[in-house]
Amino acid sequence: MSRVVIIGGGPAGLACAIELRRQGVSDVVVLDRELRAGGIPRHCGHQGFGLRDLRRALSGPAYARRYVELADEAGVVVRPEAMVTGWSGEALEVTSREGRETLTASAIVLATGCRERPRAARLVPGSRPEGVFTTGLLQQLAQQKLPIGRRALIVGAEHVSFSALLTLAHAGVDVAEMVTPYRRHQSLPFAGTVAALRYRTRLSTRTEVAAIHGRARVEEVDLLELDTGQARPVACDTVVFTGDWIPDHELAVLGGIELDPGTRGPRVDAAHRTAHPGVFAAGNVVQGAEPADVAALAGKHTAAPVALWLRKGNWPAQVHVSCLAPLTWISPNGVADDSPPARRRMLLRAAAFLDRPRIEIRQNGRTLWTGTLRKIVPGRSASLPWDWTRAVDPKGGPIEVSAH
Amino acid sequence: MTCTLLEAERDVGAGTSKANTALLHTGFDAKPGTLEARLVRRGYELLSAYAPEVGIPLAAIGALLVAWDDEQLAAFPGIVAGARANGYDTIRELDVDELYRREPQLGPGARGALEVPDEGIVCPFTTPLAYATEAVLNGCELQRDTRVTGVQKRADGGFDVQTTRETFATRYLVNAAGLRSDELNRLVGHDDFTVTPRRGELIVFDKLSRPLLRHIVLAVPTGTTKGVLVSPTVFGNLILGPTAEDIERKDDTSSTAAGLAYLRREGERILPELLRHEVTAVYAGLRGATEHKDYQITIHAPEGYACVGGIRSTGLTASLAIGEYVRIQLEAAGLELRPKPKPVPVSMPNIGELAPRPYEQGGRVVCFCERVTLAEIEAVLRSPIPPVDLDGLRRRTRVLMGRCQGFYCGAHVTRLLQESTG
Repeated sequence: MSRVVIIGGGPAGLACAIELRRQGVSDVVVLDRELRAGGIPRHCGHQGFGLRDLRRALSGPAYARRYVELADEAGVVVRPEAMVTGWSGEALEVTSREGRETLTASAIVLATGCRERPRAARLVPGSRPEGVFTTGLLQQLAQQKLPIGRRALIVGAEHVSFSALLTLAHAGVDVAEMVTPYRRHQSLPFAGTVAALRYRTRLSTRTEVAAIHGRARVEEVDLLELDTGQARPVACDTVVFTGDWIPDHELAVLGGIELDPGTRGPRVDAAHRTAHPGVFAAGNVVQGAEPADVAALAGKHTAAPVALWLRKGNWPAQVHVSCLAPLTWISPNGVADDSPPARRRMLLRAAAFLDRPRIEIRQNGRTLWTGTLRKIVPGRSASLPWDWTRAVDPKGGPIEVSAH
Repeated sequence: MTCTLLEAERDVGAGTSKANTALLHTGFDAKPGTLEARLVRRGYELLSAYAPEVGIPLAAIGALLVAWDDEQLAAFPGIVAGARANGYDTIRELDVDELYRREPQLGPGARGALEVPDEGIVCPFTTPLAYATEAVLNGCELQRDTRVTGVQKRADGGFDVQTTRETFATRYLVNAAGLRSDELNRLVGHDDFTVTPRRGELIVFDKLSRPLLRHIVLAVPTGTTKGVLVSPTVFGNLILGPTAEDIERKDDTSSTAAGLAYLRREGERILPELLRHEVTAVYAGLRGATEHKDYQITIHAPEGYACVGGIRSTGLTASLAIGEYVRIQLEAAGLELRPKPKPVPVSMPNIGELAPRPYEQGGRVVCFCERVTLAEIEAVLRSPIPPVDLDGLRRRTRVLMGRCQGFYCGAHVTRLLQESTG
């Protein structure tokens, strides 16, 4: 038996499954707990999906549908409404309308994606009225034409925050303002201008939500201006917390898979092998969050190592790569052999805006690579070259990445 | 005999009951000789027997009362003596080695502990819902969203109870209005206590933190509070709290930056690894403290009025005993009750992790974090006391209570509720 079970039918999981079939793996099953496979793009109405992987621009739902079609055509078994509810690292316990069953596999690919940290996880004080959403929830409410609110505050100013702005505007919800603790927004250069001119939305930088008020429904939000210490109330009935992604790592933890303290996703090498033989992780469960097409390419990239594992059964040990503040994470974060990572680059994040940072990668006192990046924007990945991994000493201990 | 239950909020159990520490108290630390001590002890027995019958998640997982300095250690003999005076003999002292053997994740510096093996955890949502459901199934009329605005004594005895909806004429009146019990007491013409809300903020940590702790870890109590505790919940989380702050408004269940920072400092000290975990929820509840050290339960026999006020954080445990006590007292005052020959039994859906959950038999899982099936949601929407809002649905099924707080299923659940309530 050489069955591959992929957990999560989003872009990463489906792209991995399709490529596995192309590489001749006969038994490929994708389990998805949602009503339909396709992942987060199913709810993203805006255009621009599929540029890097499918070489075309689609809406999110069209992109998700396309991947499900491609999976069907490739002979992948996609099982929606099937949730993995238990896993000891060996057999998977699957819950669905049919009941409960046990699935075994020669290889497992975790592709469970990521989610936005909700208000409570950010410890925002105040009362607990309705009307507090994440972008993910907001997009689904809008798509299902469910009531949202009249006037909203957007917390965050990264790509997804502007996506929330579009969703709110199209749903006829006034946007009071966008707030970010940073000195500028983190999206594309013209995003702030578009928000101001097209949507008449003010971007308040160096501003934080201090408290949310309201009984049944949000009535007011207290903002704190970080530089002056001034408090300022904003009347609104809706608050959307955007970004601040965290991998959906519950299953990985249940299965005893080691997490990276930076990404909080499974630690993986360039081939997306976790520390547990036969278990791979691909897409945004490894690190939150990359665009859908980047996740898909990561899934596709995982297929060849999975096929190789099925043929050879070889599982190399990893050397850990970690980051020093203000860098937050690097992905992949393990080095096992000298194969290139997905898209032949490593991804690097920081918690602050860094202009022309000099990056240094060291192992046991030895510099493996140093170079200057143009900039790093928090919430967005900078690309690092990968070929320094060839100089890693497998017995040389952990690797540290720092910015100067 | 007819009985009407008036609830000011949109749902039963939506006030203080839903936002407490959800502990099942033995009453070992109650003030000996008080009504509270007696009713908590009796309530513990009654609820422990009732819970498995009707499906309320409850487990006596045991508590460890941990001393962190000499002063707290010195309080142990007094606490043990108090427990004995309350008829609670199984309390015993553990040395430091034994403590860390039981709870290896505990922060450094503990000096010793008292073990209270029968302390437990109970579901604060199912308990009042089970009572209300049993009452309704057996003929009680429930009026939600109905606030009492005035009480008039009738010439023929009894009361006219004016509400935001209609006026109810009754022979007997029981005041179980919680935080507002003093206000209702005054409407009836009595003025013997005042409720000062004491706010307690709590942090609920991700289920992945659950393996860190086996027991409830209690602090050595001070004059105003039992201190900050860390406890497993019946849902499989760990909670950290509560704070204790006397406030003005009886509706101010807001958490505060200062309160949360204090809890995180305390948590860092008690169970450092806990703070490495994600926070799933934050809530604040108001305990109905009065100027008196005991429950304020008074039966005004000639009037036919029972005041059940000043029920503090032990009230969840004591609830059945309070009910029993008030019934016996009212019967002594002339209330004639005939037990129903065949009472309709109540069976609540299990939302705890202490017994098998419905998803374990298969089904379409709607809420992934809390593993709630479509069948469970549909059943609750058709139940005798259906939810009217998302919070009500949450308390009945656990949907939206998990780590994603609706990121995945929020819209689906909103639509299911909307289709049901119209």
